[in-house]
Amino acid sequence: MKFAQKIEEKFFKVLMVLATYFILLVLAVIIYSIFEKGLKSISWEILTQIPKGGYYYGKGGGILNAILGSLTLAFGATLLAFIIGLPVALYINVFLVRRKKLVNLVRFILDLVWGIPSIVYGAFGFTMMILLGIQTSLLAGIITVTLFILPIMIRSMDEILRTVPAGLSEAAYSLGSNQSETAFKIFTRQSVSGIITAVLLSFGRAIGDAASVLFTAGYTDNLPNSLFEPVATLPLSIFFQLSSPVQEVQNRAYASALVLTLIILLVSLFSRGLGKRYHKTKINF
Amino acid sequence: MELNNKIQISDLNVYAGKTHILKDINIDIPRNKITVILGPSGCGKTTLLKCLNRLTDLYPELNVSGKVMINDQNILDEKADIYQLRQHMGLLSQRPYPLPMTIYNNIAYALKLRGVHRKRELHKLVIDYLKQANLYDEVRNRLREPASRLSIGQQQRLCLARGLAVAPEIILADEPTSALDPISSQYIEEKFLELKNDYTIVLVTHVLRQARRIADHIIFMYLGEVIEQGEAKEVFDNPKMEKTKLYFGGTFN
Amino acid sequence: MYILNRKQRHYVNYSWMIISLSLVALLPFFLFLGLYLKSFLLLHDYSLTDLIFSKEWRPSSGKFGFYPFIVGSVWVTLLAMLFTAPICLLTAIYVTQYTRKYFLRIMHPVIDILAGIPSVVYGLWGILVIVPFISRYLGPFFGIKTMGYSILAASFVLSIMIIPFILNILIEIFRAIPTELKEASLSLGATQWQTVKHVLIKKALPGIIAAFGFGLARAFGETMAVLMVVGNVIRLPKNIFDPGYTLPALIANNYGEMLSIPKYDSALMFAALILLGVSLFFNLLMHFFISKYNKY
Repeated sequence: MKFAQKIEEKFFKVLMVLATYFILLVLAVIIYSIFEKGLKSISWEILTQIPKGGYYYGKGGGILNAILGSLTLAFGATLLAFIIGLPVALYINVFLVRRKKLVNLVRFILDLVWGIPSIVYGAFGFTMMILLGIQTSLLAGIITVTLFILPIMIRSMDEILRTVPAGLSEAAYSLGSNQSETAFKIFTRQSVSGIITAVLLSFGRAIGDAASVLFTAGYTDNLPNSLFEPVATLPLSIFFQLSSPVQEVQNRAYASALVLTLIILLVSLFSRGLGKRYHKTKINF
Repeated sequence: MELNNKIQISDLNVYAGKTHILKDINIDIPRNKITVILGPSGCGKTTLLKCLNRLTDLYPELNVSGKVMINDQNILDEKADIYQLRQHMGLLSQRPYPLPMTIYNNIAYALKLRGVHRKRELHKLVIDYLKQANLYDEVRNRLREPASRLSIGQQQRLCLARGLAVAPEIILADEPTSALDPISSQYIEEKFLELKNDYTIVLVTHVLRQARRIADHIIFMYLGEVIEQGEAKEVFDNPKMEKTKLYFGGTFN
Repeated sequence: MYILNRKQRHYVNYSWMIISLSLVALLPFFLFLGLYLKSFLLLHDYSLTDLIFSKEWRPSSGKFGFYPFIVGSVWVTLLAMLFTAPICLLTAIYVTQYTRKYFLRIMHPVIDILAGIPSVVYGLWGILVIVPFISRYLGPFFGIKTMGYSILAASFVLSIMIIPFILNILIEIFRAIPTELKEASLSLGATQWQTVKHVLIKKALPGIIAAFGFGLARAFGETMAVLMVVGNVIRLPKNIFDPGYTLPALIANNYGEMLSIPKYDSALMFAALILLGVSLFFNLLMHFFISKYNKY
């Protein structure tokens, strides 16, 4: 019995170590592949120019249209989602604190929406566009992506706001604050780092998603110049360049992937750093 | 002298990083008696208890040195078989931690670790130990229910039965009644008084009155050091050290 | 200088909150309603069973059989889960029970980075590394000729994508188990693995299943990465080395043509509706599962 026992222990321990290092290895491989291929093909031209005629067949130009397009779209969507999402998160945590059933219901709905795949939002956005008679445009893209990242934004903010201790709100109320003042002035200050993280996290998701912009934002070789015209996005740019028969263009796709990945990694690093900077006014309980 | 002592601790030192938690502990714990380790919170008594069944291994930041002799074996020795050693002791914690299984399986788990596998034997022993902890009558019809449904007092008795099921020689108890109501507490204390005939009991507490009620042997600790140790009657009636006198007098607690 | 006084500001803030809240709370209903209305044309002319179980997909002839896509999605998702589940569970246990604390601190950024990599980039990596690996080494090893673009490639890429998602949840679950429970088991003389196997996993089981459930729902709706490596061939795959077609890929690949063929747009919206339904269903299921088991 004892011997079989020992074998079992060793077996699973080996399995566990393999599993863990497998994950680390995969990450290393992915990062390496992106960087290796991307760095080889990246150039100043790619970053600063828009695609010239025949770009997808090997002629000159760059992905500036996509870079700026993605940034604009993601920024717009994140802003809109923040405007809608922050009050909801605050409402749940400040106004609804006593009404447990209602809070649970809202959180439940949020959980449901959180898991919906981005392509569903894309398809829905498309239906709305037809209904309202809007063409594929920056605006349509922003609205769709906003809907997509809204659950993510609210949930992250909710997690942080939940940790604000009841004692703090009680202190505020006893000073005569009303509920919305407590919400907007106190809860937000206490949770600044968490809110920043939520915003940046949502930004990262917004900029990287392809399925939600596929039908709604369209594509163009031009820089974003109007809310009502189609806009290029990095994920789609990568996809289109990859589909080209010309090797040179495919290489540019790798470079574009590198750019996108770097943007997202930078945003994520930023969120950790910025968050820490605003810690000064936070009270540690 | 040696034969009367179940556990002999010599030069035990425990460091957590640079903090010296237990300082030069030298204790003898007599067999078949209730030894109470007494002292204010933070004096290291729980750490001392955890050294005895090497739960300290779980915390790599703890550095343990010295000798703890049980049955002529130094349990702190690296080559020692900790699984066997741990089965020499039963542990009762502050709050009961029933395993996430049925009442029956909580005890069966311990029995299987001991080597009992045959169904009939298992069944008999489970009932035996539940009876020993005086829990059987209350649960006889719900042995297959999850243990989490029991009341706290019942859970603690279940943990006692489970601890006894590995057939230990020593029972370690870390403030076993602190989470219980007075009646359940009294129950556990009475049980210990019965059990000492067959087991050596080491009980940690910071409640003076509990110690007065059940201790045979006292070890008084303060800030990681053993201040005084000896027969309970002796120490209570004639404390020799200044700190002990202050503690009993209720000056610092 | 405040334009509005305190009372007015409160009113403004409050209305802002209520409007936003209503928008969010009604979102799932709007999604469902919108897609349903759009697919109504299709549902009007074909029965639900016909649509789901027929195998022919030729929109220009009016044949809308979703079966190959549903099967493709199911294959890819299940295979991905088969791969991810043990890896995540083993890693979560290792990292929370067997290693020192600093290791977990290293794992967190690793998981975050994996979670942040966008779908297209995973797809790109799939094309770069996985597809050639399958066509050049893995396929021939089993004596099968394959282009590499296959159910297997999609499952593999997908499984990597959902690892950070499931792993995070599992780590949280295991960390939430009180150490004293572990100590109680070890004090009885159990080994670390026995404790994990009989005590910790049992305690964490409802959470583990829920984590897998959520991961499955997530995987089912994944679009871009799968689309890039699954082959996009409309037929029932005979084995995992065959190319396939998933529901999200169907929608993404054909949106350009949808307005040119009658009812094509309804069909694609219906596919989106299916995805919405599956995702909501799974989420609901896991929710009820968790609340039922929390009573333990």
